[in-house]
Amino acid sequence: MLAQNVIFAAIALAMAAAALRVVTTKNIVHAALYLVVVLAGVAALYILLAAEFTAVVQVLVYIGAIVVLFLFGIMLTRAPIGVTSDLDNNQRGLAVVVSLFLFGVLGAVLNDAYGSTKLASDNVIQKSADVGNSIFQDYVIPFEIISILLLAALIGAVVIARRD
Amino acid sequence: MYLNQFLLLAAFLFCVGVYGVLARKNGVLVLMSVELILNAVNVNLVAFGAFHNTVVGQVFALFVIAIAAAEVGVGLAIVLLIYRNKQSIDLSEVDLMKG
Repeated sequence: MLAQNVIFAAIALAMAAAALRVVTTKNIVHAALYLVVVLAGVAALYILLAAEFTAVVQVLVYIGAIVVLFLFGIMLTRAPIGVTSDLDNNQRGLAVVVSLFLFGVLGAVLNDAYGSTKLASDNVIQKSADVGNSIFQDYVIPFEIISILLLAALIGAVVIARRD
Repeated sequence: MYLNQFLLLAAFLFCVGVYGVLARKNGVLVLMSVELILNAVNVNLVAFGAFHNTVVGQVFALFVIAIAAAEVGVGLAIVLLIYRNKQSIDLSEVDLMKG
């Protein structure tokens, strides 16, 4: 129990620091690399919650594919690789106020609703087979719709980015 | 472990993502902030799934991951198109529809 809490604290601190760096760093490539830390932390949280299949998918899809896509986007738009001061617009103060307000409201509501709710200490590992059964029995129609959506996104991305 | 620690961390990630979307003007960085927001939601889904001891939370998180992949693909294609037309991905210059 204690070990879980210590690990959670370490992961949470790393994720919070990296997330803040993603939105404040002046180097766009560093932002992508800090994003990797956040995504890996999320995968570690999934393992802590005994959701192993989702953790593997998180690593494969996010760290393996989406971050690479971001790096390609950075390179193809010839972003300045070094430090640049031209990444933020002039509404930073307002954005800080909005997000702090949002965090205050969310934190208050969550503390009110789940302040003392504990997760079951004998966290049952949710097996990949159960996830598969759930997807292909109860959620097979959303699954098919997702596949059509991915096809549409694929074709759409090709059509938008094509040079003619 | 309390359920709340996961929910509060997810709320923090969400708010950081909101700040990024509002304060960044580079198109790629805005998309990264959107990814932070989507990940925060996924943490919530999986945490509630573990709390209720069901796999449905994971199933929804997987759907969100698939949609996030599609979103990044189309989003980066749009950013590339903006770059090709304007030689810059400064979103404050993309104001064709401003009244």
